[in-house]
Amino acid sequence: MGTTFFQRADYVAITPEVVLALFGLGILLIDFLIEEKRDKYLNAVTALIGLAMAFVQLLRFWRGTLLPMPYSGFGGTLVLDSFAIYFQSLIVVATAVVVLISAKYLEIEEAHFGEYYALLLFSAVGMMFMASGRDLIVLFIALELMALCEYVLTGFLRGDRRSNEAAMKFFLLGAFSSGLLLYGMSLLYGLSGSTNLAVIAERLADRPAGDPLSWMAMTTLLAGLFFKVAAVPFHQWTPDAYEGAPTSITAFISVAPKAASFAILLRILMAGLWPMREDWKLLTIGVAVATMTLGNLAAITQTNIKRFFGYSTISHVGYLLLGLIAAADGNPEGLTAIAIYLLVYTFMNLGAFAVIIMMRRQNLIGDEIDDLSGLMTRAPGLAILMLIFLLSLAGIPPTAGFIGKYFIFLSLIQTQHYVLAVVAVLYAVVALYYYFRIVVAMFMKNPLDSVPLATSTGLSVALGVTLTLTLVVGVYPQPFILFAREAVRPFFSF
Amino acid sequence: MVPVSHVLALSVILFGLGAAGFIVRRNIITIFMCIELMLNAVNLAFIAFSRYLGDPDGQIFVFFVIVVAAAEAAMGLAIIIAVQRNRQTLSIDDLDSMKL
Repeated sequence: MGTTFFQRADYVAITPEVVLALFGLGILLIDFLIEEKRDKYLNAVTALIGLAMAFVQLLRFWRGTLLPMPYSGFGGTLVLDSFAIYFQSLIVVATAVVVLISAKYLEIEEAHFGEYYALLLFSAVGMMFMASGRDLIVLFIALELMALCEYVLTGFLRGDRRSNEAAMKFFLLGAFSSGLLLYGMSLLYGLSGSTNLAVIAERLADRPAGDPLSWMAMTTLLAGLFFKVAAVPFHQWTPDAYEGAPTSITAFISVAPKAASFAILLRILMAGLWPMREDWKLLTIGVAVATMTLGNLAAITQTNIKRFFGYSTISHVGYLLLGLIAAADGNPEGLTAIAIYLLVYTFMNLGAFAVIIMMRRQNLIGDEIDDLSGLMTRAPGLAILMLIFLLSLAGIPPTAGFIGKYFIFLSLIQTQHYVLAVVAVLYAVVALYYYFRIVVAMFMKNPLDSVPLATSTGLSVALGVTLTLTLVVGVYPQPFILFAREAVRPFFSF
Repeated sequence: MVPVSHVLALSVILFGLGAAGFIVRRNIITIFMCIELMLNAVNLAFIAFSRYLGDPDGQIFVFFVIVVAAAEAAMGLAIIIAVQRNRQTLSIDDLDSMKL
């Protein structure tokens, strides 16, 4: 702290982000050199190389060979602990899968530009800092970097009315939520005299219980964060943004920013606002129940599959928030549950989107549930894959989704929140119903058209990766549970 | 010297006006200006706290907020232009091609 300059190790700690930012800039340059439209996939390859390099570096961090763990750098504003590395790895892998499913789709949409991949990487950089930041300034900048890239990507199909509209709504509500978040941050700064989460936690502990100012700071901060994770009552942007965005971007914003937003939410609540846990626990209980209710009930009547997945995401966010309630009671399993749930959710959701994205072909938009009709007769393999992803999303064993839900329920029962656990299980039944609407369409209805599906090598690889993880985590969860336990340990060692 | 509570009260009023305008106004550009008003209210709060605490971090934060607000303005206006070209309107009520 103070006047000392940054250490060499500080720069080592941010190498994955630096690599991704450089590759993003590189893509912007290389894009000019690629003249043939069909060679644009080279941008995707470049992005994948950058993501692979970042991932390798993250693995080295995890093993602790490069830096002592946990490493606190840049004057305590950044911390590289197992929590940060876990979420950063998840973000990098999710971004890589999105790159894999994008190339073919963008060709069909005739929007295959290099900026797309550059923006994806920049957004990933922002998300990675969201996971490792421990200072309000860093967290805010990281969040905005992620969000600004997302707005542009949502409106990437410039001539498409729905894409514009989605970007506009997403942008206005996102900027509004940033304002709320910032207001909370300014109050928190005024209360504690510092922007560092560790110092904030110390000062908040000294404040009297029920202090209105700290309560107001917490509420506005939480409102801003709940916006980002799409929790009720701040969810309105989700269905519109999901429906209007290019399908590959819908896949992206439904997973990676969710993981990053949960990382920042956990970091702020567990590290900064821990002394106020009784207060934010109450708020979270209300928001979690409302989120599960609205997400699950609204999903039932949807006909557009992207919008359907918007509401499905909202319901998953409800389950994730339940883990936070258990964590507020000092139960580490609550956070383990969130970490593992986000992992499995990322892959099962990306898998489902990898199937959906194939419906966009030639002149067909293919984003209605009816477009999946008769998939079993047209492409039995794909129909079975989709079935596995949907079973996983509904939480049926032996798929990964079951493991995620299992840990959430377990943590709730361990902390004696029986009513919440029962409500969550009941909503899981509702979820089964609406996910099976898609299954019924795929297996029981007749195909609407005979236009071949838009397959590609990248999509096959993406399907392979997501399927493998969805099944492996479901059948043999042990190593992943250990990773998740390790990831949340920084919050329970003090 | 103006006490910190006065400045904070002004900041709350400005923030409230911005938030109210965000909800009430129908023109996209006006809504966007309301968001800017909210951000500037936050800046004011940061500076007031910074002066009150005698700590420079708050003012540094303000610089970053200004930078982000500028980036947001660039991004937002670009999206607004795209909307305008596709629809020839800037009323938020006309952005209704997706059901609620």
